[in-house]
Amino acid sequence: MIPKKSEHSPAPLEEVSTNPDLKKKVNFVKPRRKVKSDNHNVTGYLFISPFLIGFFSLTIFPILYSFYLSFTDYDLLGTPNWIGFDNYVRMFKDDPTFWKVMKVTFFYAGVAVPIRLVFALLVALALNKVVEMVGLYRTLLYLPSIVGGSIAISIMWRQLFGNDGAVNSVLASIGLPTHSWLGDPDTAIWTLIILYGWQFGSSMLIFLAGLRNIPKTYYEASSVDGAGPIKQFFIITLPLLTPVILFNTIMQVIQGFMAFTPSFVVTNGGPVNSTLLYVLYMYRRAFEYFDMGYASAMAWVMLVIIAIFTAIIFKSSPHWVHYESENK
Amino acid sequence: MNSKKTKKIIQHTIMIIFTLIMIYPLVWMFSSSLKESSSVFVDAHSLIPDGLHFENYILGWKGFGGISFSTFFINSAIISIIATIGSIASSAVIAYGFARIKFAGKTIWFVCMMLTMMLPFEMVMIPQYIMFNKFGWIDTYLPLILPTFFGIPFFIFLIMQFIRTIPMELDEAAKIDGCNNFSIFFRIIVPLIVPAMMTSAIFSFYWRWDDFMGPLIYLSTPEKYPVSLALKLFSDPNSVTNWGAMFAMSSLSIVPIFIIFFFFQRYIVDGISTSGLKS
Repeated sequence: MIPKKSEHSPAPLEEVSTNPDLKKKVNFVKPRRKVKSDNHNVTGYLFISPFLIGFFSLTIFPILYSFYLSFTDYDLLGTPNWIGFDNYVRMFKDDPTFWKVMKVTFFYAGVAVPIRLVFALLVALALNKVVEMVGLYRTLLYLPSIVGGSIAISIMWRQLFGNDGAVNSVLASIGLPTHSWLGDPDTAIWTLIILYGWQFGSSMLIFLAGLRNIPKTYYEASSVDGAGPIKQFFIITLPLLTPVILFNTIMQVIQGFMAFTPSFVVTNGGPVNSTLLYVLYMYRRAFEYFDMGYASAMAWVMLVIIAIFTAIIFKSSPHWVHYESENK
Repeated sequence: MNSKKTKKIIQHTIMIIFTLIMIYPLVWMFSSSLKESSSVFVDAHSLIPDGLHFENYILGWKGFGGISFSTFFINSAIISIIATIGSIASSAVIAYGFARIKFAGKTIWFVCMMLTMMLPFEMVMIPQYIMFNKFGWIDTYLPLILPTFFGIPFFIFLIMQFIRTIPMELDEAAKIDGCNNFSIFFRIIVPLIVPAMMTSAIFSFYWRWDDFMGPLIYLSTPEKYPVSLALKLFSDPNSVTNWGAMFAMSSLSIVPIFIIFFFFQRYIVDGISTSGLKS
């Protein structure tokens, strides 16, 4: 604290030192120090300057601009007119599609995210037990994740679940009734959920790394105490994995909420809007109807929802996330 | 001893069946690309093509509207490579600033960066579009490439974590030898963070190669389309007649991803594992 103070407010030092010689010395030392510390600030800011430029021009300004737009009727061609809360009122009161979209998106994220995480955890546990060929299994099971974001996969998925696609073909060959998976509003969303769950690879890798970090001695000690594998899972594995689970849950919830490509390519929102996910609707509002004001309002509602979700997960985390250094 | 062996066999059988089911869709896509176009959906689930119909690839490569997939692949490569170089170079510089230099306000900016990492792109998509529209950048690659030159928070974080594992003594020794921060960064840090930069580069390439939303809103001339957007048009369910060719081009579009994955797997696995654990 004290040396820092002297760098920024050198006045007190001068007052204290009555000896002119000392004063001279202090004066001599002071500028050098100041130059040095300034230098650090300058170099520091120089190094992070690309981030700062991007942060202000591509994040902060657009966010504020979007907030302003959400109170206007901007349509990209005319000038934005201030319409107050009209967009928000319209969204919540007069737009049944918006509520449909909310329902679909919450259902999608609420089902698909847990499925992916549970899947990832189970497979990671299984891989942790297997000794031979772990690398091969891991690589092959990670493949869907690595290519999953690609448009080719969404196109393939559409054909896989299409009326004469592979899924129906398998069902027919074993004598089961076929189904119009993408044409039925009740099943279409499930094809997207399965597509999301199928890409469990990254989460699996994170869990696997987390499992490897748990000391073997914990298990040895507990088996001496007579704990079976199931009990061990609940008293050792799961608690020690909770920090990793927390991180994964937050990232996946955000990702699930933001899903666009699958609903755009596999089902294009249909049938009867049963797979119209939030971002797809926002995209349509902005780039098909050029309703920039409304779409900006939607973006803000989305940000609030994600912030609430993240806050809930974080706030609740002391009750279920276990940090080793904290207790025990 | 014997029961242990049986247990192992059961374990592996379950794992193998499970793995096969999981990669079935991918194998199915590749095998469909070799089937005769009219027979793709006859016994659709079959993985064994009726002969090897490589003409699907030749036909598909011709693309649509007189533009072949060579153009689309070159476009994708240009966007992905320049954007990747931009992201990695800027992220490394920024990461060094955050990890090694003490300066006023560092904590605040670091928190800002972490918040940016959590912020979905969709949040700034519309205002950015309006901005770039005003600059006259629509239908150019600038909106897709330029933002990457300001650092990608995820990569900054990844590289920072890596720099922190490098002993400070190296920096100090270099300082005594008369190096300033810039030469420390270029001569000492950069050669040591190559693995973290590789991991970031691979992810960056994947994301740019797969990016669909960006090209969809910014590009309008088909000659400028990257593979992702071209493939969407090429596979439009209302106009596709040649299913084999569609599967062929879909398969080809993920070949670069596969190649990078198989050559640099180690970097990816390390990257995911550490980024997930350390935060």
